[in-house]
Amino acid sequence: MKGYYARKVHSLLGLVPLSLFLIEHAITNYAAFDGGQAGFQKAVRSLNDLPLVFFLELFFIWLPLLFHGVYGLYIAYQAQPNIGHFNTERNWRYVLQRVSGVVAFVFIVWHVYSTRFQISLGNVTHDELGGWMHDMVTQPGYFVFFLVGVIATTFHFANGVWAFLVSWGITVGPRAQRISSYICMGLFVAVTALFMLSLFAFRGEEFANTASVVTTLKTLIG
Amino acid sequence: MAETTTVPQTTQTAARRVKFVITRQDNMESKPYIEEFDLPYRPGMNVISALMEIQRNPVNAEGGTTAPVCWESNCLEEVCGACSMVINGKPRQACSALVDQLEQPIRVAPMSTFPVVRDLVIDRSRMFNALKKVKAWIPIDGTYDLGPGPRMPEKKRQWAYELSKCMTCGVCLEACPNVNDKTDFIGPAALSQVRLFNAHPTGEMNADDRLDTLMEGTDGIEGCGNSQNCVRACPKGIPLTTSIAELNKQTTKRMFKRWFAQ
Repeated sequence: MKGYYARKVHSLLGLVPLSLFLIEHAITNYAAFDGGQAGFQKAVRSLNDLPLVFFLELFFIWLPLLFHGVYGLYIAYQAQPNIGHFNTERNWRYVLQRVSGVVAFVFIVWHVYSTRFQISLGNVTHDELGGWMHDMVTQPGYFVFFLVGVIATTFHFANGVWAFLVSWGITVGPRAQRISSYICMGLFVAVTALFMLSLFAFRGEEFANTASVVTTLKTLIG
Repeated sequence: MAETTTVPQTTQTAARRVKFVITRQDNMESKPYIEEFDLPYRPGMNVISALMEIQRNPVNAEGGTTAPVCWESNCLEEVCGACSMVINGKPRQACSALVDQLEQPIRVAPMSTFPVVRDLVIDRSRMFNALKKVKAWIPIDGTYDLGPGPRMPEKKRQWAYELSKCMTCGVCLEACPNVNDKTDFIGPAALSQVRLFNAHPTGEMNADDRLDTLMEGTDGIEGCGNSQNCVRACPKGIPLTTSIAELNKQTTKRMFKRWFAQ
C-alpha cells in the first residue's frame, strides 16, 4: 500500500485517534501526580469502565498504531537527510520527526508489552499498575528510557500536528505555518510536562506497595 | 586617480591563485573521483570562467595534463538553469557563483540526484518528463477558432508571474531529502507548475486532470516531507512550499469531491 491515499490515512490516523489518545493518556497519568495512588487507580478504573473497551482499544489505538507505526518506518527509510548542507530549523524538524518516530515506535512496542500485555497475561491488575510503574521508573535505566521515549513521542506528536496542518492544506502560507509551529511547540511543552509530572510522581514512595511485582518484572524483561 | 589604483591591483592579482576541488566522472557507469586545480585569479571571475580556464589549459594542481572538465551552460545570467551544480555543498547556478564570494578551496560537484552524464553534466530529463506528466501547459488548440480566453485578474497575475520564473534548473530536487533513489517523488518544481497552470483562467479548465496526476501512482504530492529546503534553495525565490501547501489543499478538496460527489 503506497501512494497518496496511504499517506493521507497515515497522516489522519496520526491526528485522529493517535494524537487524541496521547493527550488522553497524559491526562490520565496526570492523576498520579494530582491524586496519588487513589487518584490514579480511579482514573484507570474509569477508563476501563468504558463500554466495549476492548473494541475501543482495538479500533482507536492498536490498529491505528500498527498502521501509523509500520508505514512511518517506511517513510523514515525513504528519507535521505542533508542537514549538513541545509542547516535550517525546518530541515532539523524533518530529520527529528523521522528519528523521534523510530524511537517512539521502539518505545511504544516495549511500553505496550510491559504494561497492557502484562495485564492480558494476568501478571498485573489495573489496580496494581501504579506500583508496577513505580517498580520500573525507580530503576535508573528504565527511567531514562521512559524520559527519552516520552520526549520522542510528544515531539513526534506536536510536530506531526504541524505537518498534518500543512499536508491537508490548512496552513498554506509561511505566516500561517510559523504561527501553527508556535502553537504546536506549546502543545509539545504542555503534554511533555503532564507526562513528566506523572513519571516523577510514580517514583514517589506512595506507589511502592506492590513489592512482589518487581520480581515478576525482572524475570520477564530484566 | 583610477590609474594609480588599478596598477597595484593587477600586480597583486597576478600572484593570486584560486583552488578548485572538482568531483569528476568519466561516463555514466564509472565511479566519481576528485581532481584539484590551481588557477590564476582574475577579478570578477565566476565558476564558469574558472571552468573555461581549465578548458583552455587542462592542467591539474599536480601539473599533469588532464581531460578538460565538462559542464553545461547557456545564458550566463541565471535564467536558463543549465549550469546547476553543487558548489561548496549548495546546489546553485555556476554562472552566478562569484569566486570572490566563495570560501576556498571551491568544491564543485555535479547534482548527483540526477544521472551524471560526465563530470558536471547531468541529465535533467526527469524534470521535463514531470512537466509532461502534470500537463504544465495551457491547451488552446481546437478545430476552430476558440476566441479569446477569460481574463486573468491583475493581482493573481502578479503572484502567478513569480511561479512562472521557474527555469527547471533542478536545484530544488537536489536540495530535497525526499527526492532520491528510494522514492519516486516528482519534486517541488513540477508541483509549483501545477499551481501556476491551475491558477490561469484557461489552464483552470484542466485543473482536475493535473490534480489527479498528483494523486495517482507513487510519485505524487504525498512525497513532500516538509523539510522546506526547496524554498530556501530556489535561485528564483519561488514560494515552492506555499505552492505545495496550496496543492495539498486542492488535492484534499478533490479527494472529498471524488468520494462524495460521484
